[in-house]
Amino acid sequence: MRTFDPRRYAGFFTITLACLFILYAPLVVVAVYSFNDSLSITRFEGVSLRWYQDVFFGLEAGKFRTAAWNSFTIAIMAATAATMIATAAAIGMVRGGNFKGKPASFALISMPIMVPEIVTAVATLIFFSAIGFSLGYVSILVAHIVFCIPFAYLPISARLQGIEATFEEAAQDLYASRWNAFRYVLAPSMAPGIMSGFLLAFIISLDDFIITNFVKGAGVETLPTAIFGAVKQGIKPDIMALSTLLLLFSILIVTLSYLIGRTGDAKNPE
Amino acid sequence: MAAVGGGRTVSSAFAPIRLWLLLPSWLTIGFFLLIPVLLMLVYSFLTKEFRGGVIWEFSLAAYDQFLFDRGLFGDDPPTIQWTYITIFARSIIQATIATIMCLLIGFPTAWYIATRPASSRAVWLFLVTVPYWVNLLIRTVSMKFLIRENGPMNEALLGAGILDAPLQLINTDFAVQLGLFYSYLPFMVLPIYAAVERYNFALSEAAADLYASHWKIMRSIVLPVVKPGIIAGCILVFVPSLGAFLAPDLLGGAKNFMIGSLIEEQFKGQAGNWPFGAAASMILLSMVLVVLFFYARSQAREQV
Repeated sequence: MRTFDPRRYAGFFTITLACLFILYAPLVVVAVYSFNDSLSITRFEGVSLRWYQDVFFGLEAGKFRTAAWNSFTIAIMAATAATMIATAAAIGMVRGGNFKGKPASFALISMPIMVPEIVTAVATLIFFSAIGFSLGYVSILVAHIVFCIPFAYLPISARLQGIEATFEEAAQDLYASRWNAFRYVLAPSMAPGIMSGFLLAFIISLDDFIITNFVKGAGVETLPTAIFGAVKQGIKPDIMALSTLLLLFSILIVTLSYLIGRTGDAKNPE
Repeated sequence: MAAVGGGRTVSSAFAPIRLWLLLPSWLTIGFFLLIPVLLMLVYSFLTKEFRGGVIWEFSLAAYDQFLFDRGLFGDDPPTIQWTYITIFARSIIQATIATIMCLLIGFPTAWYIATRPASSRAVWLFLVTVPYWVNLLIRTVSMKFLIRENGPMNEALLGAGILDAPLQLINTDFAVQLGLFYSYLPFMVLPIYAAVERYNFALSEAAADLYASHWKIMRSIVLPVVKPGIIAGCILVFVPSLGAFLAPDLLGGAKNFMIGSLIEEQFKGQAGNWPFGAAASMILLSMVLVVLFFYARSQAREQV
């Protein structure tokens, strides 16, 4: 008998390994070199934590601390606001019945993903300057809320589409108010989707460089703009240490999101 | 209109308050993105003010500057200005090459993951998506660190005796392609994975019973079925690559200018020409909209 496996193609496994190698090699190399006990970034001369010490207590520590504070507070506020707006929008779109402007509404909600980032950056800068809105912390926050909305919306609406509508309809048949039907019936089953939406929005906000760079004004920095400014002068070891910290933080968040997604699926099998 | 959620009837438990649920998102995006984009269109037809900003006077100067060269004082007979057309053409070529690279690596990867047992699939997918969550700037800087002339990659290749002289990768076209490829590879893998996962392998088995060769099956049976996933992946890579700023700026250097850097320079850099930057942004946005329009039309055709 001929053995034939339609799933197997010669070389595909090798390419997959190559793919993972390409994805991780640069990150691993930078993480390794951030522990390098040498002023030169070329030679590896033993393990040390001196560059991490430099990030927290060195000459530029104050700058990094302010940038980190700005980044994290903006990301938390932008993700919270975007998640609330997106949750309402998802309920309106998925549980609001059919209505005439539905495709247009979907197009508007996904507009921040469709428009290239640099175009959003230009448009936002022009808008703020035309209405005389001063550039700084608040302008960054507003811009971040806008582009976080679709990233929060997608996992939330995907989750909502997987939940049977019969539950909240039953609750309403039993004279639960619309708010209580949401609060006690819909919200608990939506929770994993809302959490993934929040985390995705949070990471997207933390990640943003281009739009922030345009609307930040002089003097206000977030971690990406501070790192970019430093890298323009050459890659220094303290930047590699800072990058490694941010990298570990991102991996922590994605692992969290993965685990939340899994428990959510287990409770609600398709 | 398609019913949401796999053909079930559309639920309307929240229909009476629909407007109030949707209004916050409409207002936020409408006011802070839709109006700004329209304003940007207006700005592209205004007169530039030196050192940034505009004078509210209608002018076609921005689009004229894009296409024609009228000499230093603007009174020579117009000749075609190739500088900006070249930058746009280069961006299209770079984005296309990056998309092809992503497809060549991404398709086999997506295929391999989708054909794993269900239990290990999630882990493979997790491994592919993790880099997407890592800051794009950090990833690009890491790539720069790795491939630089005295970087670890050249050290390793020289040390192993594979190379005699270090590879000059940084500030080349290839470095930019590699950076774009590295930035957006997960966008190619995920939609193709989703398409292959839904593929019915009984089709392949039937074709094999009829003596089709392994690669013939791939070409004639599999590819037409998973094509929507491939097209989605290509668009998800091509569109952000076209307007990318970080990879060309950090890996390409001044010689490999792309649209993103050209636009950035009008607002943040030396050029300071807002109407021209707005015009270049409008041209980029139009190109993206054309791609998305053809995509939407092909999707609509598939569903008929």
